[in-house]
Amino acid sequence: MLSVPGLSAYESPVMELIREKWTPLVDEVGLSRLGSLHGLKRGSGKSPRPSIMIATHMDAIGMMVTSIKEGFLHVTSVGGVDSRVLPGTPVTVHATGSDRDEELPGVVVQPPARQLPPSVGDGPVPLDQLLVDVGLLPAQVARRIQVGDIVSYATEPVELAGDVVSGHTLDNRSSVAALTVALEELQSKTHTWDVWAVATTQEEVTMGGAFTSAFALKPDLAIAVDVTHAKGPGASDWLTHPLGKGPCLGFGPNIHPFLFDKFIELADRLEIPHENEVMPSMSGTDAYAAQVSREGIPTMLISIPLRYMHTPVEVVSIKDVQRTGRLLSEFIAGLTPDFMNTITWDI
Amino acid sequence: MAEKKPTIGQAQLKLLEKLCNASAVSGDEGEVRQIVIKEITPFADEIKVDALGNVLATKKGSGRNRLRVMLDAHMDEVGFMIVADDGDGIYRFETVGGIDVRQLVGKQVLVGKNKVPGVIGARAIHLTTEEERRKKIPLDQLRIDVGLGGSKIKVGDRATFATRFKRVGPSILSKAIDDRIGVVTLIELLKFAPSNVDLCLSFSVQEEIGLRGARVAAHHFNPDLAIAVDATPANDLPSFDGSENISYNTRLGSGPAIYTTDAGTLSDPRLIRYLAKTAEARGIPFQYRQPGGGGTDAGAIHRQLKGIPSVSVSVPHRYTHTACSLSRLDDWKNTLALLYAALKGITPALLSVDRP
Repeated sequence: MLSVPGLSAYESPVMELIREKWTPLVDEVGLSRLGSLHGLKRGSGKSPRPSIMIATHMDAIGMMVTSIKEGFLHVTSVGGVDSRVLPGTPVTVHATGSDRDEELPGVVVQPPARQLPPSVGDGPVPLDQLLVDVGLLPAQVARRIQVGDIVSYATEPVELAGDVVSGHTLDNRSSVAALTVALEELQSKTHTWDVWAVATTQEEVTMGGAFTSAFALKPDLAIAVDVTHAKGPGASDWLTHPLGKGPCLGFGPNIHPFLFDKFIELADRLEIPHENEVMPSMSGTDAYAAQVSREGIPTMLISIPLRYMHTPVEVVSIKDVQRTGRLLSEFIAGLTPDFMNTITWDI
Repeated sequence: MAEKKPTIGQAQLKLLEKLCNASAVSGDEGEVRQIVIKEITPFADEIKVDALGNVLATKKGSGRNRLRVMLDAHMDEVGFMIVADDGDGIYRFETVGGIDVRQLVGKQVLVGKNKVPGVIGARAIHLTTEEERRKKIPLDQLRIDVGLGGSKIKVGDRATFATRFKRVGPSILSKAIDDRIGVVTLIELLKFAPSNVDLCLSFSVQEEIGLRGARVAAHHFNPDLAIAVDATPANDLPSFDGSENISYNTRLGSGPAIYTTDAGTLSDPRLIRYLAKTAEARGIPFQYRQPGGGGTDAGAIHRQLKGIPSVSVSVPHRYTHTACSLSRLDDWKNTLALLYAALKGITPALLSVDRP
């Protein structure tokens, strides 16, 4: 999943990969009008059964061509890109200028000082001054690439020491992987509830996928799985959590406290290491879109610690992904038909 | 039968790929040195590795009045050295050679002789302030992260960008075009060494940190003249305000760049004219590198001993000293063609006239 593009609103390549993986694990798969992938795994309970939605966004941040000049591309960002990470970054330009769509390799380049405004000096070069070079001659570029073509990170994923992987878009393909682990584990478990496995679109921009899927699927409960900031170079304050020490369980106004409690209990019982992640107001995830859907949905957020978020070298611990998957499957399997009636605010 | 002359074909590109993907940060050129020795052994009369690690090869000609011509290409590349172990797979590093710190963030690297993969990350954009994003991230805030737990990395290990060699349309992309493209050029010239000269090849070390290898190599060879074969920046990008770019240094696609003046060398005018005339006579495109800063091994060579007439010829490449520089295959082919033609036609008469 780390080698497949899928920018916000252009998720099809990664969606197809996930659909292929999920199809044997669920009873039905479908697509929302905004392109979110819905996998339904029916429960064993009596119909009408309650349902739970697990939302993991599959879209990636990236760039888009804004103009073409002498064979070079100017780009803007799609989602939150710190332009300081871009010079020297390999990219793929998804070119639509010629008869057939093409994937052209390129690199984001920082023009020489004399070609930049003097105000830049030796400071960071703003995004609108960076260029993409695809190694082709100007006439070839003009013919094959057009304004509006998307540009994705092309840094190859790499395995690091200690069961750690690095690549772009681990935010949030790690969570899609965790949900896939959960679906695999559910093959040998009984669950009374219906499970909607959802790979949402456009989280990085508008959360359009999660809003609309939560509306369409009408789940009784929702869990969003996303990534959070791991401790590491440049990030060690209260907002960060250790890498490889288990998933983070969200707590705050975006989260139903009863669900939070249930997850803490469950993780403790299963001896799955975990951290609490407090979010005083917003979580900035699909959990918000689910929470405020329809008449409101009790929602939980589980986050996988990740270093260097939104850079092409994000870092995640595979163990944390597996632990997240296990926690999800155990929670789903433990849902009783009358679980909704047990939810209380007095805890 | 067509004249036998050096060309750039699949074999040469394969060798360039192998050399570009090798790690050889200044002072640690071993991996490239081994490849070079293996490649030149069947063709050289004599090969010596000197006190600094230069590979010095000679190929004697057979005619009378042969000039001793030194060709130099540097084996080393810019990179990093691990300088402190912060624990748990996190390492502090320094740059070796001129690397813009703005080129480091978000890159994969390979550390040490075992090429342990690592990444240079940055604080997530979500955790930064707007004011922070207006400043570059200084080197002392950057780390190489190789993952969790035990690793065999030691303080003192070198690291390079992890970028792998790639061909795209008319272009070549690599971390180390500077100067593996010169190294392969010398190897090909050795294979077709013309008999009118004694060829002295220096595959030099430590160019990027002060031309150290070439300096002692020139002393060893004591040549009649020297040509440094390097890669030079092509700053031929559009200007931000749409004005004509008049400080492009060189342009891709315009052929080999002949140096007249850089920060370290005033090229021997006889050699400049000879190269230009040779190119014109053969219909080989060439360009003059714009006089200005920068430098090559010629800066060290021409001041060695009693003085060695020197010039540089470089393959233009964009994005020098970054994770991914880019040059055009045609420029490389024309560089090789020019150098071969120049070697074949060179006679002592060239240097028997006074400098203008």
